[in-house]
Amino acid sequence: MRLLLRRAAFYLFTAWAAITINFFLPRMLKGDPVSAYLQKNQGKVSPEAADALRTLFGLDTGKSLAGQYLDYWKLLFSGDLGRSFSHGLAPVADVIASALPWTVGLVGIATVLSFVLGTTLGTLVGWFRGGRGDVIVPVATFFSAVPYFWMGLIAIAVFATGLGWFPASHAYGKGTTPEFSAQFIGEVIAHGTLPALTVVLASLGGWVLGMRNMMITVLDEDYVTVAQAKGLSRRRVVFAYAARNAVLPQLSSFALALGFIVGGTLVMELVFSYPGVGKLLLDATNAKDYPLMQGLFLVITLTVLVANLLADVAYAALDPRTRQGEV
Amino acid sequence: MTTLELRGLTKRYRVRGSGHMLALDDVDLSIASGRTVALVGQSGSGKSTIAKIITQLERETAGQVLLDGRPVPRRGKGLRAYRQQVRMVFQDPFASLNPYHTVRHHIARPLLLDRVVPREEVDAEVARLLERVRLEPELATRRPHELSGGQRQRIAIARALASRPSLLVADEPVSMLDVSIRLGVLNLLADLQEADGLGVLYITHDLATARHFSDEIVVLHHGRVVERGPSDDVILTPSHEYTRALRDASPDPDRHFGGGRTPDTIGSPS
Amino acid sequence: MFTNRKSITGLVILGLFALLAALADVIAPFGPLEKDYTALKQPPSATHWLGTTHLGEDIFSQIAYGTRGVLLVGLTAGVLATLVAVIVGVSAGFLPGWRGESLSALSNVFLVLPAIPLMIIVASQYDDPSLFLISAVLAITGWAWGARVLRAQTMSLRSRDFVQAARANGEPLWRIITVEMLPNLTAVIASSFVGTVTAAVLGLTTLAFIGVIPITNLNWGTILYWAQQNGAFPEFWWWYVPAGLAIALLGAALSLISFGIDEYVNPRLRSAGERARSRRRLQKKRTKRSPV
Repeated sequence: MRLLLRRAAFYLFTAWAAITINFFLPRMLKGDPVSAYLQKNQGKVSPEAADALRTLFGLDTGKSLAGQYLDYWKLLFSGDLGRSFSHGLAPVADVIASALPWTVGLVGIATVLSFVLGTTLGTLVGWFRGGRGDVIVPVATFFSAVPYFWMGLIAIAVFATGLGWFPASHAYGKGTTPEFSAQFIGEVIAHGTLPALTVVLASLGGWVLGMRNMMITVLDEDYVTVAQAKGLSRRRVVFAYAARNAVLPQLSSFALALGFIVGGTLVMELVFSYPGVGKLLLDATNAKDYPLMQGLFLVITLTVLVANLLADVAYAALDPRTRQGEV
Repeated sequence: MTTLELRGLTKRYRVRGSGHMLALDDVDLSIASGRTVALVGQSGSGKSTIAKIITQLERETAGQVLLDGRPVPRRGKGLRAYRQQVRMVFQDPFASLNPYHTVRHHIARPLLLDRVVPREEVDAEVARLLERVRLEPELATRRPHELSGGQRQRIAIARALASRPSLLVADEPVSMLDVSIRLGVLNLLADLQEADGLGVLYITHDLATARHFSDEIVVLHHGRVVERGPSDDVILTPSHEYTRALRDASPDPDRHFGGGRTPDTIGSPS
Repeated sequence: MFTNRKSITGLVILGLFALLAALADVIAPFGPLEKDYTALKQPPSATHWLGTTHLGEDIFSQIAYGTRGVLLVGLTAGVLATLVAVIVGVSAGFLPGWRGESLSALSNVFLVLPAIPLMIIVASQYDDPSLFLISAVLAITGWAWGARVLRAQTMSLRSRDFVQAARANGEPLWRIITVEMLPNLTAVIASSFVGTVTAAVLGLTTLAFIGVIPITNLNWGTILYWAQQNGAFPEFWWWYVPAGLAIALLGAALSLISFGIDEYVNPRLRSAGERARSRRRLQKKRTKRSPV
């Protein structure tokens, strides 16, 4: 329990650090496109929106840095992340909210799938070490080095354009409106298969190799030999004894890899024109939509932090040593 | 004649969550050159803590460490001079040598640090020290993993002797060696002590060797000194219950087991 | 650690790439931006081994010259990141109390911050970033992992007796860290360096593909960027397949080197395969002999 509290404290600290970095980020960027924008569009921007933008970007030359910092926090707590230039001054929070579920859905499902598949495969390969299964090492190594986006491009070329099995882009068909109908859900699945498959394939190799190495290390431990000598079924030894212990370090590297996974999927969204936060960020960068960029960085970082926390909870639940208090 | 004295030494460790752990409680001890003092006790009695405090690897919570009547300096030239005089041989021959460096490196470092001999003579001195611990000088180019446990421990002794100390702390020097070579290493220590007039603090849990090699035995139990005296007196006529139990715990083919208490059930920390 | 099969394979592949980069002028038949308007979007042929782009540029030459950008940035970023990782990680492991804890917290914060969004935002600020600047941006997001590993290793080393012996002999702190501890950390540092270079190569090509890093730095990602922008999909496979394969091959080579180091560090991995194989061989011999 104490360990979880320490981790929670760490995440709070990191969240604070991320928010503070976010506060300073636009102040370090070159130029001042926000003022220029405000001047150009004076009539269209409401006073509150203009104020919010000024707070976010430090254009309040009247106030001290500390004062601006406090205003920034107040703004965040009221859920106001400014207005997006490239989305007709819609609130940034709303724009992000419409894109976030797509990314979380895609990344979440694909990554969990990849982790489960990869870990299981790695368990088996690790158990049968030295045998024919070892050929998977060079194969998995190669696949884990393939960039996500390139695999996505190939997947589109082969499966979408070439074979026509899946749609090549977007989350649902053009002209369809999002709703809770079977047809819509069917379209989502059809459109999401290729991107998800690409993420799974590209990251599978890493999990397989990691789990294999952990299994090999664990299988050398005496308690596994005892389990076998006791006459337990092979399946029990592999899964309940060896894999159960080998998977723990995998879980913590899973948590750490989340940030990287999110980064990789961002680019994938570009390739598939998938309407997630990644594509949003790239479009915002090209359009120099600073409020959106700043809001996105914050949201992405906080999402990764939450995911990390969940992974830590899972780890604590699985590792009995943490339950005793001191590790 | 050099004397190291521990007066009222107390060491308290802070344990996360549950407060404090008293490792040493008001310990008095004194080692003089030319004499061997054995510090005897079971695991957790505080023996290694004393060794760490003497070598300044840890700091005492209360009490004093005095060399020739003067407190040990905390830094600077005084501390360096102290370190030159008081050396330690560690328990684990596999861990106390750096796997990356050669034997020569281990022995030459203290020679260079304390400027025992001029730079040109370091190699000759290394060879001489190796011979003193009954090893061939050719071993100087080897690395620890190429040597046996007994050889490594002898190198640890050579390293300790390099600075020409007057006092040696031997923390269970033979506990991790094969039984068959223990006597050889202990005899070496005894010979070196006699030749150099060293004062030795021999830390062990083995009463037999303690009696054989030392003039005085100090018995430590849960951080407190429960008995002390000349070796033969302590072994043959122990006055404290714990010492008696320790002595009785050594297997004696002529004695029947059963009855009496085992050492680890006696007493408990306050 | 460099003599097992995996490492050697990886090093050979890496060496080939290095040769390609160094001798690009000699190996490549054309300049990377040399345009041949008579041969637009041509499939591979005798003159153009990997075909041409929409402007008649030779793709093989582009890949050859692009190797330079990839290797230079990758290695520079790797060196920078590893340097920071060693300084922060070893200090975090060695210094007791709040000093070590705060350094550890610092590396954990950087570890959790998502790298690519940060890189996108920072890189988009500069119109013509120098090689060094790009490497620095990649290094800032990549050092934290190595620091964490090094901290764990340093902490376990710190309590080893030979470090205590050095302290008891009065060795100065800087010598303890550099002479006594660092040599025992070389394997971990090497592994971390290789990992960082891999991440830097992937990061660089990804950023180039997005178009965030300007085309003045030619690397394999830039080739893919042009391919995507100029309608190479899906028919003109020779334009986009080789570049991705090159990235994967280089990444695989670096990973192999890293595995080789891992096996050296963890002897269980080394001997596990050998034991299982010899067990199988023995079983085959036994079953062959028994008459049934």
